[in-house]
Amino acid sequence: MDLINIGIRSIFVDNMIFAYFLGMCSFLAVSKNVKTAVGLGVAVTFVLALTVPLNWLIYNYALKKGALAWIGPDFAALDLSFLMLIIFISVISAFVQLLEMLIEKFSPALYGALGIFLPLIAVNCSILGGALFMLGRPYGLAEATVFGLGSGIGWLLAVVSLAAIREKLKYSNVPAPLRGLGITFILVGLMSFGFLSFLGFTL
Amino acid sequence: MKFLRNALDKIKPNFEKGGRFEKLHPAYDAFETFAFVPKETTPTKGAQIRDAVDMKRMMMTVIIAMVPCLLFGIWNVGHQHFLALGQAEAALWDKLVVGLWVTLPVIVVSYAVGLGIEFYFAIRRGHSVNEGYLVSGMLIPLIMPPTIPLWQVAVATAFAVVVAKEVFGGTGMNILNVAMTARAFLYFAYPGNMAGATDVWVYTGGQKIVDGYAGATALGIVADKGTSNAVASLGSFFSFENLFIGFVPGSIGETSTLMCLVGALILIATGVGSWKIIVSGFLGAYLMGLLFNAIPGGNAFMALPAHYHLAMGGLAFGIVFMATDPVSAAQTEVGKWYYGFLIGALTVLIRVFNPAYPEGIMLAVLLMNVLAPTIDYFVVDANKRRRLKRLKLKTA
Repeated sequence: MDLINIGIRSIFVDNMIFAYFLGMCSFLAVSKNVKTAVGLGVAVTFVLALTVPLNWLIYNYALKKGALAWIGPDFAALDLSFLMLIIFISVISAFVQLLEMLIEKFSPALYGALGIFLPLIAVNCSILGGALFMLGRPYGLAEATVFGLGSGIGWLLAVVSLAAIREKLKYSNVPAPLRGLGITFILVGLMSFGFLSFLGFTL
Repeated sequence: MKFLRNALDKIKPNFEKGGRFEKLHPAYDAFETFAFVPKETTPTKGAQIRDAVDMKRMMMTVIIAMVPCLLFGIWNVGHQHFLALGQAEAALWDKLVVGLWVTLPVIVVSYAVGLGIEFYFAIRRGHSVNEGYLVSGMLIPLIMPPTIPLWQVAVATAFAVVVAKEVFGGTGMNILNVAMTARAFLYFAYPGNMAGATDVWVYTGGQKIVDGYAGATALGIVADKGTSNAVASLGSFFSFENLFIGFVPGSIGETSTLMCLVGALILIATGVGSWKIIVSGFLGAYLMGLLFNAIPGGNAFMALPAHYHLAMGGLAFGIVFMATDPVSAAQTEVGKWYYGFLIGALTVLIRVFNPAYPEGIMLAVLLMNVLAPTIDYFVVDANKRRRLKRLKLKTA
């Protein structure tokens, strides 16, 4: 029940986009059509679902104060948490690199469509954000995995729904000064109105 | 009518190209086409579809469907007013007068502000005035509590029309339902006037409420009491019959499920509203209610009999008039089933699990408005796949 709760909360209530406004740049840039949005969303979900538990392991068994006690008593006092950010980022970029090679191999069309935003997943705020949120909350490994996966799915849901709306918006006569990013910003604001339904949800 | 036609024809040259008020042509055009069928018709040669139903007539149909709700709402505002003052025997006429005294200003403000903005945008952007606001302008008063300050109605209307509709290119282009946006805006900006103290829902005119009159809504009571027997905590005042017919406090037009169903019949009979959305909406709410009934324990809402969910709060009004908005709803026929069902189910889900909001229909409709294009996309996509498959089978 607890895991389901965390999963649902991370998808809807603590949605990376509509609750924390993380990962906005690629969210806004790659939401012009649904197909690429799904591709990027799945990629982000994949990276989040794997890096969050991995970072959890690294933090709890290598970085945290006293985490290295398993090597020997000499290491028990060691506190490497100042390395946290740099290690997290390297784990994330390694995964993104891997993902990039996989996508290039198996779906060159998607690789071309995502362009620069694929390597930029490495600096997608929602992914580092996921890793850091995980530390701030009392999560175990299982909870961290569910949280990572849920946040990814939440991001996927957000980017796909925005892309579907923007495909529809192509036919709208938007006032000239608002065309493009302007209307998208307003749109995202209105969309988070809808997602407010889940604010305060208690299971 | 002849007199009106003559008057319009007399001032027409002023608004034509080169006339004095050329810029104001959209405003003139709006009045002319509102009163008369446009003169420009399709040529008699060739195959053409001729039908008197244009957007204005369609919008008028929706307004006619809302009239039962409106009339009942006006009476009910008065009825609740006299109940609160302990004068339940007040004459029908008195109740109507009080109801009109409260309701009319809200309607006038809503139309004045909304149409004002609509005309301004039309003239400024040089297109003809869209009629979409005729319906929204009536919906907004009906989903406001009777005690709402008029300036809040004006602010919310302006926000909804500009941000939810005009920036997207006007009628037919909005993503969110305009009236629901207005309400959501007020709900989050001025929660005290929308959902705060119990006196929000009944117009008292500054007089003292008699003892024993709660003035709360049924949803609020169930959420507050938290007892396992929700029906008992509602008491005889909120019996199922009263909730269904609508003798309870609430927003002006939403209390009567019966009147909403009359409206639904009109919408379905004229083909303006989608019966699929209405049916699947009620079905979704009912099934979700049954599902929660089956789970033992839980809070008061979970044990509430499923049919109570259909009669309480604004669910019926929202499903009949908001969810069926042809612009913001799902466009595909299969998608409408999912869309309606999810609205009903989400409403009950929010009522049960979200103590922050006693009522869920507003946010359920807005959320599904956001997701409707996604539903459509995947329905169309599935269609394409199915056809491709068929094609391959044939050629293989």
